[in-house]
Amino acid sequence: MAHLLEAKNITKRFGGLTAVDDVSFYVDEGEVVALVGDNGAGKSTLIKIISGVHKPDVGEIFLNGEKIHIDSPIDAINHGIETIYQDLALAENMDVPSNIFLGRESTKKAFGLVPVVNQEHMTRESRKVLDRLDIQIPSLKSNIRNLSGGQRQAVAISRSIYWNAKVLIMDEPTAALGIAEQKKVLELVSSLRKQGIAIIIISHQMYDVFSVADRIIVMRRGIKAGERLVRDTTSEEIVSLIVGAESVEKRSQ
Amino acid sequence: MADQGRQAARPARSLASKGGVASGGAAGGFFQTPFGRFSARNWALIFLILMIVIFSFAGPGFFDIANFQNIIHLNTGTFLLAAAETLVVITGGIDLSIGYVYGLASVLGAKVMQILGAGGMALPAVIALGMLAALLVSILPGLGNGFLITRFKVPPFIATMGMWGICNGVTLFLSDGFMPVMGAPSQINDIGNSYFLYIDPSKSIRFFSKPPYITLTNIRNILRLVPNSLFLTLLVLLILGFVMSRTRFGRHTYAIGGSMDAAVRAGINVDRHLVMIYVISSFVSGVAGLFNLFQTGIGNYTPSGANYELMAVAAVVIGGASLTGGKGRILGTAVGVLVLAVLENGLQIAGISAFYRYIGVGVLLTIAVIIDRAFPDLF
Repeated sequence: MAHLLEAKNITKRFGGLTAVDDVSFYVDEGEVVALVGDNGAGKSTLIKIISGVHKPDVGEIFLNGEKIHIDSPIDAINHGIETIYQDLALAENMDVPSNIFLGRESTKKAFGLVPVVNQEHMTRESRKVLDRLDIQIPSLKSNIRNLSGGQRQAVAISRSIYWNAKVLIMDEPTAALGIAEQKKVLELVSSLRKQGIAIIIISHQMYDVFSVADRIIVMRRGIKAGERLVRDTTSEEIVSLIVGAESVEKRSQ
Repeated sequence: MADQGRQAARPARSLASKGGVASGGAAGGFFQTPFGRFSARNWALIFLILMIVIFSFAGPGFFDIANFQNIIHLNTGTFLLAAAETLVVITGGIDLSIGYVYGLASVLGAKVMQILGAGGMALPAVIALGMLAALLVSILPGLGNGFLITRFKVPPFIATMGMWGICNGVTLFLSDGFMPVMGAPSQINDIGNSYFLYIDPSKSIRFFSKPPYITLTNIRNILRLVPNSLFLTLLVLLILGFVMSRTRFGRHTYAIGGSMDAAVRAGINVDRHLVMIYVISSFVSGVAGLFNLFQTGIGNYTPSGANYELMAVAAVVIGGASLTGGKGRILGTAVGVLVLAVLENGLQIAGISAFYRYIGVGVLLTIAVIIDRAFPDLF
């Protein structure tokens, strides 16, 4: 059985710097993989290769066992690989349905000939996807600017899910949130996993990693420093792998 | 600068919106009530109505259907220029070239009509070709602006200021150093200045042209209703208003103004969209200039210091748009134009020096920006 998404031998160089060095990893349906590592370890570069922002110098990407070519962010989205960056990329001056449908607005014909935005349909569909993910937003008419950080995150996630994301990549999803909101976002990640979505999370927060992830991949200076199942490891071990404490690494190999 | 302002305003806003209800941020009490929110949202409209009431008492002849039609008729250009500017401002840009595109279209149209007319061409062809030339040429500054802004990342202020100079120079050339261009057929005046309805109470009703027995000296004795210029203004405002509020094109315009990044990542072709916005802005300004030729019968250059583009920006901002982008409505802009127009006309009729008009515009602009800052979600 092929993995839902598999990256093999990914290498990416920026001039003399090798940002990602021969890294392979996979993620399965309904699995949460955490990508951890210090600043500059190559997590973001690896993610940007998967989401089509960078092209790898070496390496292949497979979706359900089939080799795919990702040349642009749109390619990735068309393959069902959605990325939610830290800044979320929402239009703050617009309401929730407008954001979920941004760039893909549904239309109807006014006077039988002019296509106009079908706000009612978009609102209904937005309500459906928010309900499915058990997200509470009091009024869909409020502009994104008036939502909390967690609600914004939820809108960004709903947008990906509505457009049939199979693989969801989240960059520091809890970074800018309060405690209660962090918890909500983590619950949301768990419920996405139950719906069979493959999730890759970049995070610095050990608590997040251990509460939602199934598997942890540790990056250090561009290489994959280790891979552990959450149930077989401890946060001490992961931290040692991140900072590169030799003794722990040897013992665990 | 603008971003800092936004950041600073955010804590107050998120505190106030804890209950999930958009609210007026730092402004307390009154503005939390539904009536308070209504008046903050529609302050320009309320101000307009107040002005109309006050001038009706202060200025003899102000409250008169002829005067109201006059205000509309004389501000056709301002309506169109401000509507064009609204689109650009919503994207977060600014178009400073529209004032001179206006003059260029007027002068070029007149020049073409003058030359073709002198060459003995048939009248309808003269008029049609003059119009065509003016409209086609008015697309070019927009294309140039859009190209500079998207391809070379020139800030809109600078790109359109460059076009401001170029259009000014070309107009100067065409009008032989700022001489009004005469010699366009006089029939175009009838199109530009006619009314939909002429009512002579004792005798007859006619559409689109004055009764033949009425001369220009006794025309004031009959009732004229709905100038053609109003049709043009309504047509442009309705089309642009519809596009901005109902179509995907409009949505994408607001999205670009709200977050360029979000728009790009949502797969919107932002560069192409911006070029179209600047072309529309330029084209509508050209239509306004051409209509000015029809109203006056003369190719009028835009005098330096006319500040048409700045008056358009003023109307847009008073109408509730934000210069940081993402916010604004065509209807709001129409109210903004009326505020400026009624202010000018009312002060004139009340016998108050026109200098006060500029003070009034300055004060209103400041109020508009303060309200925009305090109520970021009202439009």
